[in-house]
Amino acid sequence: MSRTSEGLSVESVWRGGVSPFAVSWRKLMMWLFIITDGLLFAGLLAGYGFVRLASPQWPNRAEIFHLDFIALMTFILITSSATMATAVGAARQGRMQTAFRFVLLTILGGLGFLSCQAYEWSKLISEGARLSSNPWGVPLFSAAFFIITGFHGSHVLTGVIILSVVAGRALRQRITPEGVELAGLYWHFVDLVWVFIFTLFYLI
Amino acid sequence: MASEPSVHMHEEPTSFWRRYIFSTDHKIIGLQYYLTAMGMALVGGALAMLIRLQLGWPDEKWPLLAKLFPRGMSGGVMNPDFYLALITMHGTLMIFFVISLGLVSGFGNYLLPLQIGARDMAFPFLNMLSYWTVVPACVIMLASFFVEGGAAASGWTAYPPLSAVEQAVPGSGLGQTLWILGMALFIASFTMGGLNFVTTILNERTRGMSMMRLPLFIWTLLIASILGLLAFPPLTAAAILLLFDRHGGTSFFLPSGLYFGERVLPHSGGSPLLWQHLFWFLGHPEVYVLILPALGIALDLLPPFTRKPIFGYRLTVYSLFAIGVLSMIVWGHHMFVSGMNPFVGEFFAIGTLAITIPSAIIGFNLIASLWGARLQLRTPALFALGSIAFFGTGGFGGIFLGNATSDIQLHDTYFVVGHFHFMIGGVTLLALFGGTYYWFPKMFGRMMSERLGKIHFWLTFVSFYAVFLTQHFLGLGGMPRRYYAFSKFEFLAAIRDMNAFVSIAAFVLGAAQLIFLFNFFWSLFRGARAERNPWRATTLEWVAPTPPPHGNWGETVPEVHRWPYDYSVPGAPEDFTPQTVPPTVVEVTR
Repeated sequence: MSRTSEGLSVESVWRGGVSPFAVSWRKLMMWLFIITDGLLFAGLLAGYGFVRLASPQWPNRAEIFHLDFIALMTFILITSSATMATAVGAARQGRMQTAFRFVLLTILGGLGFLSCQAYEWSKLISEGARLSSNPWGVPLFSAAFFIITGFHGSHVLTGVIILSVVAGRALRQRITPEGVELAGLYWHFVDLVWVFIFTLFYLI
Repeated sequence: MASEPSVHMHEEPTSFWRRYIFSTDHKIIGLQYYLTAMGMALVGGALAMLIRLQLGWPDEKWPLLAKLFPRGMSGGVMNPDFYLALITMHGTLMIFFVISLGLVSGFGNYLLPLQIGARDMAFPFLNMLSYWTVVPACVIMLASFFVEGGAAASGWTAYPPLSAVEQAVPGSGLGQTLWILGMALFIASFTMGGLNFVTTILNERTRGMSMMRLPLFIWTLLIASILGLLAFPPLTAAAILLLFDRHGGTSFFLPSGLYFGERVLPHSGGSPLLWQHLFWFLGHPEVYVLILPALGIALDLLPPFTRKPIFGYRLTVYSLFAIGVLSMIVWGHHMFVSGMNPFVGEFFAIGTLAITIPSAIIGFNLIASLWGARLQLRTPALFALGSIAFFGTGGFGGIFLGNATSDIQLHDTYFVVGHFHFMIGGVTLLALFGGTYYWFPKMFGRMMSERLGKIHFWLTFVSFYAVFLTQHFLGLGGMPRRYYAFSKFEFLAAIRDMNAFVSIAAFVLGAAQLIFLFNFFWSLFRGARAERNPWRATTLEWVAPTPPPHGNWGETVPEVHRWPYDYSVPGAPEDFTPQTVPPTVVEVTR
């Protein structure tokens, strides 16, 4: 048997079929993509932090947003993460019917979140908030708000589309447990990003 | 992967379109990238020639050029705005569309699966998509020369307010918008490519190919891809904010009180420094994305021509990791004169000087690999040695620029121009050429002309030093970069005539590349037939048939039994032992 310099047999080091992290290339690639996409939000949030620290004052969020309403949005999104996890678990056990139902519930949660966001946007716009100006003094406040929440909203929308594709494939019996899991990874990531936005934009 | 043979063993497509245009084969995609880079290099090189023409003889008139560029060179005299567009697009094209495409995506795609014993990339379709995303990026970049106002003129760094205020200079209009869109497409493409590279290296290696048996070029690709994946997204974020500043009325990068044409702009609250931070958070790792694969090629070209193993394999790998980590926290050394707190500047200076340690380790490993060698000065070896020389010269300049104390003097002078051309212009270019001469026989089954290759090398090497070493001294004399003429500056009177010498050397440098182009296409059809392993090298790509067929390996994927640098092993039947030779024939050392 061939041996490496450490005295291990080559077969025990690398067997061709098993990867070092014991994940398939699909899952590895999804994780890497999530890291890069996370850094995109990190860049946006860092930019927001920079202009906010440079600004002499910053509007009081509690007077502008209804934090109860935002908390409800957050609750809907976190709940959709729970239904997604259930769908992934069911798919792993081969209960594809259950997985399909919980994917549908997750889509419903995503749509609910997006409707809340649409309502919030239209309300702020009706109060006079624009990309370039707003009634609360600091123009960059509304600019950062629309860009960051808009960017996150587009991610949620993408997630809803991906989940719809997964649901459609499930109807035609063309789905793998890993496919559900990959969609789930992306969905959890989008939810996690919202937690950061909620904290950094609305709370602090 | 044994569990998913269907993914990597699809049928070879027969139609011309699926085979050569919309191909998912990593070798075709690699060559597509390479040839695209070559086309963009012709444009980028031509821009450099125009720049040098202007700097060498700023008071001359060129009636012929007036016909070619009626707007930029009206009356045969270069318009200052046109000069700014030239330097902007020269930098952008060379960095992103020549070196990134040719060296990282071109050689990376072609060689990565071959050198690790895979049949293709992990996700061939994504690979095709990544190439066909960069094609529109190239078209948009080139098209920006022809829109109203001309191409972007705010430098390859696109600093606001020049890039953010549409009426700042003519190039700040549509040209700048197209620049941002082209960059966005390029970043999307590079991200797709990087995802494929990292996943393929980690997951698709053949049996026996442990990480510590990877050729060093693959290691450099891995680190470079990881850096690209981490560093590009913040630039994307910055580009999004810049687009909103330009077209949405926001002011992330624009402070209050900006005047343009007697009018106060409505912006307030932003800071151009935010762009500089976000840009250089990408920009600094980006130079390592370019130079690491170049060093990887230099490291891998040496053993076949020294007939001995590379020196310090492990230490090189660890140094690559150290460079990767440190490169993410030194971006501030591009901003020493931006008014940053001296203590912050000290942090960035110390980080920058720390990065010279792993860089020097790699440099010394390259030099130590020559110790006791039976050196064969074939063309690829010459280019590898040349890139070591450039790495040393450019590295010395880097020590001055990494120190805040000296950088404040040298910032925005030709010293900087000379330095970064040695590093991301010279090391990378010589590695690109060396790699071409070396792998051409595998790609096309023919050898390139040695005689022309050596002429190409010496002309390139000498004229490159003449251009960019001289620029170091111009910079020490205080000559600022980005100025389109120096005729009016008293303090530069003593040295400004050296620009004519630099320009002549630059024309020689440009002309030498035509020899390479001729050699490339002539050898494609008329070169001597190459055997499967003409350099008697050990890495896996030389085990594959020439040129490698679809799926690379025929029926069985090769199995690896040793590291890639088993040259002159005592007791071996030949002075090179390919990675596939089993331990029963030649003992395995590592």
